[in-house]
Amino acid sequence: MCTMLRINRDKCGYCGTCVAVCPEDALELIDAYLSLEGECIACGICARACPLGALEVDHEE
Amino acid sequence: MKSNYDILIIGGGPAGALAAKTAAEAGNSVCLIEKRSAIGTPVRCAEGIGKELLKEYVRPDPRWISADIESARIIAPNGTAICLDQARAGNEVGYVLDRKVFDRELVWQAAEAGADVIVKTRATEPIMENGAVRGAKVLSVGTPAEIRSEVVIAADGTEAQFARRAGLNTVVPLREMMSCAQYVMTDIDIEPGCTDFYLGNEVAPEGYLWIFPKGDRTANVGIGITGKMSRDGARAKDYLDRFVAKNFPDGKTIEMIVGGVPVCRPLACTVADGLMVAGDAARVVDPITGGGIGNAMYTGRLAAQVASRCIEAGNCSKEALMPYDLEWRASKMGAGIERNYKVKEYFVTLDDAKLNTLAESIASISFSEFSVLALIKELIKRNPKMLLELKALKDTLS
Repeated sequence: MCTMLRINRDKCGYCGTCVAVCPEDALELIDAYLSLEGECIACGICARACPLGALEVDHEE
Repeated sequence: MKSNYDILIIGGGPAGALAAKTAAEAGNSVCLIEKRSAIGTPVRCAEGIGKELLKEYVRPDPRWISADIESARIIAPNGTAICLDQARAGNEVGYVLDRKVFDRELVWQAAEAGADVIVKTRATEPIMENGAVRGAKVLSVGTPAEIRSEVVIAADGTEAQFARRAGLNTVVPLREMMSCAQYVMTDIDIEPGCTDFYLGNEVAPEGYLWIFPKGDRTANVGIGITGKMSRDGARAKDYLDRFVAKNFPDGKTIEMIVGGVPVCRPLACTVADGLMVAGDAARVVDPITGGGIGNAMYTGRLAAQVASRCIEAGNCSKEALMPYDLEWRASKMGAGIERNYKVKEYFVTLDDAKLNTLAESIASISFSEFSVLALIKELIKRNPKMLLELKALKDTLS
């Protein structure tokens, strides 16, 4: 199974809330954009915490 | 870019700025790096601070004070309002700041004291030697570089990645992360000297909604809910939009702000070999109010004071830096965080009916002090059963 975190850059407010709750240190807030830099385990915690709903975990077979 | 300093500070918010100013004034060579391209923006804050607290660090200046606050209202789910005002309380209340200007002022003061300031420069990882932090690898406007130092003060805010990459656990549990959204609104009917806090599971589950004035018809209208209560269709922005549509349908939003406020306990330890952590990165936020500016300035300044002594003594080990951790924990701030953490853990369990009952029990009282502690003491006096549920608090309240 391949996992993917989708970052909707049009929605993202680049606030870093997701970065602080990510248990894998996989997200990075770089100046004015959010980037998936490490390995995502698809736990979905970042997607829950986001104030705007800019993150979505895709589960693909 | 110089590559060697006594003290390297990661982050140009109030914690980093106070650390840089204090360290430079003590005669250290200091470098403050900020990953954003400007100090003070984007704002991630409701901008409220107590007057007394602020004055300990900087002289109030109308250039960065948006509003002078004289009263506050806490509004329960059924509309019952607890009112606190300066005239009755007899002490000063607070300010709503303009953080864009305020943060610049603090960093300007640090620069004037002799600190180097470098923007659009991100610490990617600590330089580690024999388990000790010895500086940071950075990307400065995209160019890799190394900045070495005797001590690094990590003041990198809610993300807190620097300390994490040096081996400290800075992860905030979802249930203890306040997911926040705020509009700076204008052309709205508000009371310019009064801050409002709305409670209730319909309005702001496990959090609160605030109106912090920034002028006669302008205010920060924002909300924080716990990550646990945040989901599709019920996110901070959804709750805020509903409140605004109902209460300020004709208001104009001139800025949208989002952010996360950690309301967990502070880090288990805020020092390591060659490393100190201050401000939101250390999780020294008031767990009830979510306020963090004053605590950031306090811990930033204290970290720099202790670091200066250690550099002079030639020992920046974890053990040598430990007085910083011990001192803030034993301080009024440390004790207040621990107390308010327990109060917060109790309050998030309350349903609307219980919140209404508690609010009604103290709605008619004239408060002689303007604080969370005064409110809690009065609540317990009127609701003796509450103390049984709040056993853990008994000692801290006496």
